Amino acid sequence: MSTAATRPNEAERYYNYAYLDEQTKRMIRRAILKALAIPGYQAPFGSREMPVPYGWGTGGIQLTAAIIGPDDVYKCIDQGADDTTNAVSIRKFFARVADVATTEDTAEATIIQTRHRIPEQPLKAGQVLVFQVPQPEPLRGLEARETETRAMHAYEEYGLQYVSLYENISAFGRIAATAGYPVMVEERYLMSPSPIPKFDNPKMDDNEAILLFGAGREKRIYAIPPHTRVRSLDFEDYPFEVQTWEENCALCGAEDSYLDEVVLDDAGNRMFVCSDSHHCGQRRAEGHVGPMAGHQLANPVAEDGQ
Amino acid sequence: MAYVSVKGGEKAIENAHQWLAEERRGDPTVEEVAVAQIREQLSLAVDRVMAEGSCYDRDLAALAVKQAGGDLPEAIFLVRAYRTTLPRFGGSEPVDTERMNVRRRISAAFKDIPGGQVLGPTFDYTHRLLDFRLAADGAAPPEPAPLANEPQAWPMPTIGSVFAHEDLLEHDVRSGDDAPFDLTREPMSFPAGRDQRLQALARGDEGFLLSLAYSSQRGWGSTHPLCGEIRLGEVAVEFIPEELGFPIEIGEVTLTECQMLSGFAGSAQKAPQFTRGYGLAFGHSERKAMSMAIVDRALRRGEVGEDVDAPVQDEEFVLYHSDNVEASGFVQHLKLPHYVDFQADLQLVRRLRREHFERLNPSKEAAE
Repeated sequence: MSTAATRPNEAERYYNYAYLDEQTKRMIRRAILKALAIPGYQAPFGSREMPVPYGWGTGGIQLTAAIIGPDDVYKCIDQGADDTTNAVSIRKFFARVADVATTEDTAEATIIQTRHRIPEQPLKAGQVLVFQVPQPEPLRGLEARETETRAMHAYEEYGLQYVSLYENISAFGRIAATAGYPVMVEERYLMSPSPIPKFDNPKMDDNEAILLFGAGREKRIYAIPPHTRVRSLDFEDYPFEVQTWEENCALCGAEDSYLDEVVLDDAGNRMFVCSDSHHCGQRRAEGHVGPMAGHQLANPVAEDGQ
Repeated sequence: MAYVSVKGGEKAIENAHQWLAEERRGDPTVEEVAVAQIREQLSLAVDRVMAEGSCYDRDLAALAVKQAGGDLPEAIFLVRAYRTTLPRFGGSEPVDTERMNVRRRISAAFKDIPGGQVLGPTFDYTHRLLDFRLAADGAAPPEPAPLANEPQAWPMPTIGSVFAHEDLLEHDVRSGDDAPFDLTREPMSFPAGRDQRLQALARGDEGFLLSLAYSSQRGWGSTHPLCGEIRLGEVAVEFIPEELGFPIEIGEVTLTECQMLSGFAGSAQKAPQFTRGYGLAFGHSERKAMSMAIVDRALRRGEVGEDVDAPVQDEEFVLYHSDNVEASGFVQHLKLPHYVDFQADLQLVRRLRREHFERLNPSKEAAE
């Protein structure tokens, strides 16, 4: 855990605490409360232009900016890892504009902002997981018009989604959706979990933490309050299933985590490593050893100033 | 070992930004360009950045052009990200373009109209031959253009006033006294009112609107437009401070306005008359204002009972995709890592391929 020093005379200090002005934060908090009150419902909000491009986490950043305070401990991951460039960039942004402590430790964080993953370690009450969402509308791939999809949600008319899954089965013999796999929230709203792998879907059900989803470009906020029922769509004869690997993590030997594939050469050699970098590091610290323990990926080059 | 790279971190980002600053500056033996030079000599770039950045400030826009190394959508993004943090102390009174100090005003509908045709500073009728004199250093500033013998008409009547005595041209009516829709504070909603639509088009990407307008002209949702009037010039901006209760002039802005005329066959209730499409942009932005006017008119197809079958007539299609800050961000976010999702896809495709192979080679499988 590292605490940011007093802000020097940099551009950031000329902005309000946590970048957004207080009226904007209030507007976003109202949208969050509405989203929490109607789990899975996409609440429109007056999304602002942010100093990072749309598609790079503007929704997640606005949610974090609206709820963060100086006592928070902030973690930011992309693809499960703390050291991916965009995660580093966003973490640095909040360390500067919100004077907040940052961490890579999942258990220590009060706010975790994520893109494309839910940490392997179960979340606890009091934590908030903030998702960056590119396309909040689960039905968008089936119906391009917002006016239509809003009506479909209002009438709970989700037949089209089931037909699409059925067509998958008839074409491929299985449900071919892999990431952004649609879920039903409290048996009322169909919701996109953002492009997390379906491996992470079961983690949303009955979770102790607050799950907030922010789509900046599409200007929508939605939420899953603690202990909410979240069911991945399936059929009785084709039950929902998550990804499994024949390999274990090459570094820590984990058998039950989501793995990234790392291409080692052009002769087809590859290794599989945990996508959740903190989870993997923690397991290695506890003495777990994988078949390629000691590979350079386990010890990224130390960087100056970190 | 060849392809394993260390994951990027803070140091890599800092170094990349330093390199970017170096590239922006270019050859240090060549004199650095000043913000004032951009403001004065690349004024049309500045105009576009102000228009699509939704912020009228020539110095800020010039700074953004410099910082972006001439990449205008990037400069527009810089201005947008700055303006969104500015406090709002109120809204101005509507500007009155009839009281514009006109520098250019032309109509393609009439040979002569009240106020006259004023060509003004324009690329029109220039021959597009590279002028190599501009490449020579130290040339004297151009001679000032000669003044007209007669002072310009003021106020300059708009095209609407030409038709004032006949009901040939529809009257623009304000839908109500409500504050206009503001896309910078509220998300897009449909069906969009004309205020929301015009704001979205005014902030919209010039290239996107140009192509839509062109597609309409080529028959994909034609409105048979005719350029009723284009005017360019300065208008006063008035504001009513609460403690005064009457309007005071707080500055002036340069605007380009376009009134596009289209036919309307009439209906059971309404006699045939001409309808309008409206375009308005900060600065000297004729391509933008004309495109905007054509697209505005095409999107009014519901009011005039035209069928919807072309992209330019589709409100959700046009308004959701016209903003280049949104579009550029989302297209370019594909540069961000997607390996978690790609791994999920890879795994599925490998599995489907294995199943496919097994279906085609049942005996071989049994033999193994």
